[in-house]
Amino acid sequence: MEHALEATLTVNGTKVTRRIAPRMHLVDFLRDELGLTGSHIGCEHGVCGACTVRVNGEIVRGCLMLAVQADGCTVDTIEGLSDSQELSRLQKGFHEHNAFQCGFCTPAMLMAAQELVRQKKTFSREEIRVHISGNYCRCTGYQAIVDAIESVIGK
Amino acid sequence: MKAELPLHAPGTQLDKGYIGQSVPRPNTQRLLQGRGTFIDDLRFPRLAHVAFFRSPYAHARIRKLDFSNAIKSPGVLAVFDGPKVAEYCKPWVAVLAHLKGIKSPPQYTIAIGRACWQGEAVAAVVAESRSQAEDAVALIEADWYELPVVVDMEASLRGDYVIHEEFTDNVCFKREHDTGGVDEAFAQADAVVEDTFHFGRHTGVCLEGRAILADYNAAEHSLTVYHATQAPHMMQDIFSRHLDIPEANVRVIAKDVGGSFGIKVHVYADEMATAAISVIMRRPVKFVADRLESFLSDIHCREHRVRIKIAVKKSGEILAFDLDDLTAIGPYSVYPRTSGIEGNQVVNLTGGPYKHQKYRAKMHCVFTNKNVTCQYRAVGHPIAVALTEGIVDLAAQKIGMDPAEFRRVNLIADDAYPYTFPSGIKFEKLSHHQTLDLLLKKMDYQGLREEQKSLRAKGVYRGIGLAAMIEVTNPSPAFYGVGGARISAQDGATLRLEPTGMVTVMCSVTEQGQGTEAIFAQIAASAVGVTLDKIKVITGDTGVTPYGGGTWASRGAGIGGEAVLQAGRALRANMLDVASRILNLEKNEIDILNNEVVNKLTLESKMPLAELGRVAYFRPDTLPIDFQAELTVTRHYTPRQYGFTFTNGIQGSLVEVDPDTGFVKLLKHWCVEDSGTVINPMLVDEQIRGGVVQGIGAALYEECIYGPDGQLLNGNMADYLVPMSGEMPDIVCAHVETPTKQSQLGAKGVGEAGTAGAPGAIMNAVNDALLPLNARVTAMPFTPERILKALKKV
Repeated sequence: MEHALEATLTVNGTKVTRRIAPRMHLVDFLRDELGLTGSHIGCEHGVCGACTVRVNGEIVRGCLMLAVQADGCTVDTIEGLSDSQELSRLQKGFHEHNAFQCGFCTPAMLMAAQELVRQKKTFSREEIRVHISGNYCRCTGYQAIVDAIESVIGK
Repeated sequence: MKAELPLHAPGTQLDKGYIGQSVPRPNTQRLLQGRGTFIDDLRFPRLAHVAFFRSPYAHARIRKLDFSNAIKSPGVLAVFDGPKVAEYCKPWVAVLAHLKGIKSPPQYTIAIGRACWQGEAVAAVVAESRSQAEDAVALIEADWYELPVVVDMEASLRGDYVIHEEFTDNVCFKREHDTGGVDEAFAQADAVVEDTFHFGRHTGVCLEGRAILADYNAAEHSLTVYHATQAPHMMQDIFSRHLDIPEANVRVIAKDVGGSFGIKVHVYADEMATAAISVIMRRPVKFVADRLESFLSDIHCREHRVRIKIAVKKSGEILAFDLDDLTAIGPYSVYPRTSGIEGNQVVNLTGGPYKHQKYRAKMHCVFTNKNVTCQYRAVGHPIAVALTEGIVDLAAQKIGMDPAEFRRVNLIADDAYPYTFPSGIKFEKLSHHQTLDLLLKKMDYQGLREEQKSLRAKGVYRGIGLAAMIEVTNPSPAFYGVGGARISAQDGATLRLEPTGMVTVMCSVTEQGQGTEAIFAQIAASAVGVTLDKIKVITGDTGVTPYGGGTWASRGAGIGGEAVLQAGRALRANMLDVASRILNLEKNEIDILNNEVVNKLTLESKMPLAELGRVAYFRPDTLPIDFQAELTVTRHYTPRQYGFTFTNGIQGSLVEVDPDTGFVKLLKHWCVEDSGTVINPMLVDEQIRGGVVQGIGAALYEECIYGPDGQLLNGNMADYLVPMSGEMPDIVCAHVETPTKQSQLGAKGVGEAGTAGAPGAIMNAVNDALLPLNARVTAMPFTPERILKALKKV
């Protein structure tokens, strides 16, 4: 591959080294090179939030970060956080409140919501609504998502 | 009367099983864990990727296409123009016989000779990766000759320039309806009010773009299409006929679909091209629309200008409506449903909740050089509801009557059914007055009015808006089939008892997140007598399920659900046949409950279903020699007694308008809906809420804005606004249940009601807030700019 750069990332706890085209976005790398298709591509311009993944503990838009920028970084995706059970309370809340319909935005919505959970505080509905405003859901009307997140970290 | 669902022992209480229970959706853990399978998640050997070169002009002749640089680009496998793909895929003309006079020119997969909207595909590049295909698209050179552009629908109707040379005007379809006596009614009126409403063009914005992976097997002359579609059998028929592959050799599989809302129920030229290219190249080919091409090529909707006039008496009685609708659909009627349906629905449905007898409507549907429009969630309803409710509020204001009271005076009485509406449509049984009463109670309407008054004194401008509605659901063959479209109005369900006592359900209605699989599981479990964990539902595969129409027009529960119910009852009867032979008991002595064969009177367990399955499948030698167990059954259902099942409901909106900024703050929203039997209240409520929020998008944010040259000016996610969680209010849902008697299940459908009513309710609330400021808005979306203009502040 011309101009490819070697990068080493720790993805869901596993170290991977690949030669990566500089223009490849992180979410494309995760999906196409590693087969981790749970992070979705909704707009490719950083608006919809469907590609949200965690890099070094912070959530980022996987479509706005180049894969080579993640060299040396720890990357967590929906697959890893599901297997580690980190998301299990939120996933249970989402299931019980029907906080998803088509499921396309759901992995990223969970990743975003988990940011609040990790703060180990309680949040109001309004605060939850504002926090997830960077993640579009076209199916639910958001209320069930807010209900589900509130069931885990609500005041 | 409610439909009687599995009635177990005589004398015991009516057992509805899981019907009416808010159970979480089974079969969905994969979506929560990132293990769903959307089209773009599929991995195939030899998969090729297609990207399209799209017209940068709204209307232009293609003088020359030069692929010489594109074909040399790394990874490129082939480049195709329109004539090449047309050798493999026949064009289509989207007309229906019952829409008299509708016309449209032939449409090809890839434009030949001329592009008619900005974004129409004019060449396809196939490469080893999508990025390589996109690189090569940028290397295609085209020589264009720009043609006159028609973007304004009034100009299109005038016919200043005719877009298609085979026609003498730009009218795709027109309809007039007149009960007679309208002029006389207006002459007798105490008050006449008139207004013109504009509805912006918007689109679905499914979070998953349109997606297709076509896999042609040359050895078998067979085509397997993984398709983000709502209607797999319709697409099977279309791939078969247009690509000339026998129907049985075409299999359409819809796995997880990332939102549809009507966007994914149409034939798209670029998707047909992808299938044709798979045939040409004899290998799997994938196309996933990226967000920018979604805005340019997913169907758009609405774009209506409607003049409406209402005649009323001082008592509030409505005497007549008179309307003139003009709607623009882009350069082609969309295949196979046509683009005439939305305007047709405006004529059918306007004034729908009310008991006036005189009605006149005129509708023109015209071609323009913008992207095509077609049926999107609630087709025509948001227009019909908003203009009805908008003019009703204006009439109430003119005669000095409270809007809620005005509606009470005019809503069709709850005991007046069956009822034929002046447009000719028939209602089986609606409950407008019950829903109005419940809404006003839920809202505390009087309390809100008082609060509104006291806040106005403090310079806070709150508005309360109501919108009564009717919604078409469960269409009979009268919707499409009679017009010649090969779109199934019936659906089927197959239920199979597995040897362990589990039940597999295969249904032709598809799942895009509404929860159809969940409600089919609930219905099947209830009908057979097993627990929910014993049910596995499979949908979205023409190679597996019975034949059917799929998911559209709020038909999944009402039609697919009834097929599942009938199949479940038949399976239970067959299971009892087997059990009676094994147990040597009369069939009428036993029943099935909680995965067991039980004594019907004592409910004492006689045998687990796993034992029934074991004997029936592995030891049928122990059964009488003249007896054969039939533990797979299929049943179908077609609604026939009425053209459509109708639901009814009413929505209420509370907003606050900031007269300095023009911003509308949504404080709360209510929806009371009668969708017949409610199978899963939690799913129904979130369907309604999702629909309401899409309606809020139409009312306040969403518009595909075109420049005078036919260029889409805001075709990206940053500039085209959709509702976000921070702006949305909590939405209160409540239900009246009037089951339809056409089916045993009694479900009427609910998928579109929220979208149908919300824009009208919001519009009335905004105008109610603006009333003391002598301002009024009638052009959706109600952006801050439009509100400030109405306030004469900009």
